[in-house]
Amino acid sequence: MHLEILAQLTAARAARRAAVLVTELETGAQRQVAGEAVSGDALEPSLRAALASGKSGILETPGGRVFLTVQVPPPRIVAIGAVHISQALAPLARIAGYDITVIDPRTAFATPERFPDTTVIAKWPDEALKEVPLDAFTAVAALTHDPKIDEPALQAALTAGCFYVGALGSRRTHAKRVERLAALGLSQEELGRIHAPIGLDIGAASPEEIAVSVLAQIIGALRKGSLAPSKTEAAA
Amino acid sequence: MTSTNEDVLEGALRWRREGKGVALATVLETWGSAPRPVGSHLAVDQDGGFLGSVSGGCVEGAVVSEAMEVIESGKPRILEFGVADETAWRVGLSCGGAIRVYVERVD
Repeated sequence: MHLEILAQLTAARAARRAAVLVTELETGAQRQVAGEAVSGDALEPSLRAALASGKSGILETPGGRVFLTVQVPPPRIVAIGAVHISQALAPLARIAGYDITVIDPRTAFATPERFPDTTVIAKWPDEALKEVPLDAFTAVAALTHDPKIDEPALQAALTAGCFYVGALGSRRTHAKRVERLAALGLSQEELGRIHAPIGLDIGAASPEEIAVSVLAQIIGALRKGSLAPSKTEAAA
Repeated sequence: MTSTNEDVLEGALRWRREGKGVALATVLETWGSAPRPVGSHLAVDQDGGFLGSVSGGCVEGAVVSEAMEVIESGKPRILEFGVADETAWRVGLSCGGAIRVYVERVD
């Protein structure tokens, strides 16, 4: 492997960009394909499938066997609202292997004391999301109950194609929210991607239980959604 | 999760930039209950220092010594360990799985 290719792979990872390393097993020849460079590549359909599944593997091609090393960014959760649910969600997320960032402009809520060992950004979502850019490997959970804080984040999450978008609130609250977001130009299809009321329906009552249901829903979106590996490959 | 693998590549890059000879091992295929998924990396330096894992510890020792030869020769090779292989038993892939590992030098 050329040092340059290794450097490209680590740079893609640092920038949270998906990349594939293509290795011809007979010759050892290698190339790295990241982001939009997939378009027009001789192996484009296979590369796209590999990126969608996130799984590395051997591929038979007319030119011989190649190995695809697939590198996708680690999943991340952005919680909007330094609220009670987020205080439970942060340690749960870490245990499950997800990076988590909590955003809330209300400085009385967004304190390190309330969120030990967690990245907390005490800014409005528009500002804070410049520090934590949203992408397809990020889940956004809007938990403040305050449209002024939640809705800009929801809009950003849907636009960025986050793999999970959820919002706290009853069906009635959500119906009004959808009306407001639609007025901002979001399509019904996009708005249909919002999980609301948030969390798996396990009858969660306490903030801690709601956090469990939210995390479970996020895991489901990652493992069974568009980023999920195919069943046959996952069997091992 | 995936982060471990990436730390391995970071480590390999750092070693190489420090001027060390470095090889990278990658799990190509697995059968049965192999402990590490396809695409897992192990980075090895010229002194036998290593980072990451291709088998959760079962065959790391053998991969490291092969990798040190690859650092010398520069020629990539494919290693196989499995239950049907006498060597594999000796090095201890006791989990009952089988793996194929690609080892290449970082130039």
